[in-house]
Amino acid sequence: MIAASEPAVQLLETRKLSKRFGQVQALSGVDLDVRASSVQALLGDNGAGKSTLVKIVSGVHRPDAGEILLDGKRIELPSPRHASVAGIETVYQDLALCDNLDVAQNLFLGRESRMRGNPVLRLLLDRKSMEVEAERAFEILGARIPSLSSPVSALSGGQRQAVAIARAIVWRSRVVIFDEPTAALGVEQTASVHRLIERLKDQGVGVLLITHNMVDVFALADRAIILRQGRRVAELDPRKCTHDDVVRAITGSAAKDAALS
Amino acid sequence: MNNPKASESNASKTWRSLTHKMAAQVNQGELGFIPVVLALLAVFIVFHLSSQYFLTPRNLSNLSLQVGVLGVMALGVSLVLFIGEIDLSAGSVSGVCAVVLVLLSSSYGVPGLAAIGAAIVCGAAIGWTHGKLVTLVGAPSFIVTLTGLLVWQGVQRILVGNQIGQILIEDPIVTGIAASFMPSWLSLLLVAAITAAGLVFCVKHWKAVRNAGLGDRAGLLGRAALFPALAILAYSVLSQHHGVPVLLLILAILALVLTLVTEHTPFGVHIFAVGGNAEASRRAGINVASLRVTLFATCSAFAALSGVIAVSRQFAVDGNTGGGNLVLDAIAAAVIGGTSLFGGRGRILGSLLGALVIGSVANGLDLLGQSANVKSIITGLILLAAVSVDMIARRRRIRSGAAGA
Repeated sequence: MIAASEPAVQLLETRKLSKRFGQVQALSGVDLDVRASSVQALLGDNGAGKSTLVKIVSGVHRPDAGEILLDGKRIELPSPRHASVAGIETVYQDLALCDNLDVAQNLFLGRESRMRGNPVLRLLLDRKSMEVEAERAFEILGARIPSLSSPVSALSGGQRQAVAIARAIVWRSRVVIFDEPTAALGVEQTASVHRLIERLKDQGVGVLLITHNMVDVFALADRAIILRQGRRVAELDPRKCTHDDVVRAITGSAAKDAALS
Repeated sequence: MNNPKASESNASKTWRSLTHKMAAQVNQGELGFIPVVLALLAVFIVFHLSSQYFLTPRNLSNLSLQVGVLGVMALGVSLVLFIGEIDLSAGSVSGVCAVVLVLLSSSYGVPGLAAIGAAIVCGAAIGWTHGKLVTLVGAPSFIVTLTGLLVWQGVQRILVGNQIGQILIEDPIVTGIAASFMPSWLSLLLVAAITAAGLVFCVKHWKAVRNAGLGDRAGLLGRAALFPALAILAYSVLSQHHGVPVLLLILAILALVLTLVTEHTPFGVHIFAVGGNAEASRRAGINVASLRVTLFATCSAFAALSGVIAVSRQFAVDGNTGGGNLVLDAIAAAVIGGTSLFGGRGRILGSLLGALVIGSVANGLDLLGQSANVKSIITGLILLAAVSVDMIARRRRIRSGAAGA
């Protein structure tokens, strides 16, 4: 664990990222950095470019210009698979779980362990080793799951969140991106997601948190970056600013803010 | 309060914990093989009561041969249903591949095994094309394979057309598939092997349930004993007629291989993942398009093999081979066996049992001298019952999932 006062290690960085879709300049020259054991919030109104930035960093889109660095080294992310292999995992808002599969199958989806030994055995699933790894992941997260072989459809909302997040632990991901993790959740479930994110942070993971929810920002974020019309317009320290400061930075004008309230 | 419980016998405790477990599963909509096994029992009881010939070794031997064509096709069709697609063309594909087999063998003198291989490759190529049309063009599989049904049926009739009625085949390998029976020693050896496998399974998993409830232990014993019991039963009945048909062995091996692939390999997990949530599978790095194409190709290859078996049973091919209700019966077999039409759920063994249900109904109605029309009506009603059970179970699953949230 790294104490908050120590200078955090730079994990993921973007430099001057730009992306255009047809007539729309979605991102222009955006810099971003995610540090180990810290939560970096990314805020902005609809259409500010948050999703585009996330999709570039998770390997869904490729930038028109700019570069992505991991541990100070330039990397290419041509597909989501490349991003996971590099240690960048994304937890989507809809969690991207298969309801019909069980907990262990969901955790290892696309990266199943196989048996060791002769070539025929190597074609088969190694269920036991996957279950051991899965147990470990849930222990680290402090999450309770009824059974690794129960279908995800039988889990509660909070447990489903835990399954999606446990993927990052199983894969020893170094950067985890959360896309609006609490947008559809109630108070209690939001608190449980916050606990899970804190646990990830304790593990030395760098978290990039995309959210509309001010509660998330003030509860979790070490720093907040604001995007507006594809540009990075502000960086705030949530411990030293108010709710109004953040809203003003997102909307871009004090007058608009006053008119809204 | 405690006394009556303590004096309760082990057997009744076991029974209670087993039935509790089953009731809980049914409540959550996890029906497993319960409906198809009940249907099979019902069909067997009804026909046994109405015909003295139904449960004779001779008729059961016949039944096991009749189920071959439908069973092999149902195995292939299940794979496509697992990913939430459908293949309406399997019957036509089996017909056109049957014609390819017979023409190669009878008109061009290609040896039996090579001709069979060519027919199966031909099926796989047709299925690959269907899969590419579904994934590249984005057309629904219902439409693509409906087109396939019409096109390949036409091709089949054109190929047969120059001949009068049907084309005969005499190749001993092809005709031997459905007409051969295993020697007694081989059947016994297989029964012994299956029994040994059951014992190994039991010993291997005993540790895990040793400290669990009585119900779990009884469940393990039941699962370990199921296949040895079926094998011994099948052998003791069929050996009273000509012996165990080679076709039954082929069907069992195909089902075993597909079960291993779908339930014990990463590829199998991916099949059900794509059937459950294709977008999540794509994000997890699974190549969804290539998986779809592979399964359409495999399904058609199985259809081609079922065409080969049909030829082997008729010693000939005609314009109607693989036609009629065959493909709908295959889809019905999978659904009766617990495969969901919405994708993501089902088991290979279930489809095989479903094919046995439909095959038994057809066989039994034949014994009773009923017409094809009556068969069609009864099969349709069984399918309706199966789909209704699937829908009710699905609603229960959703409800129990929501109740947990």
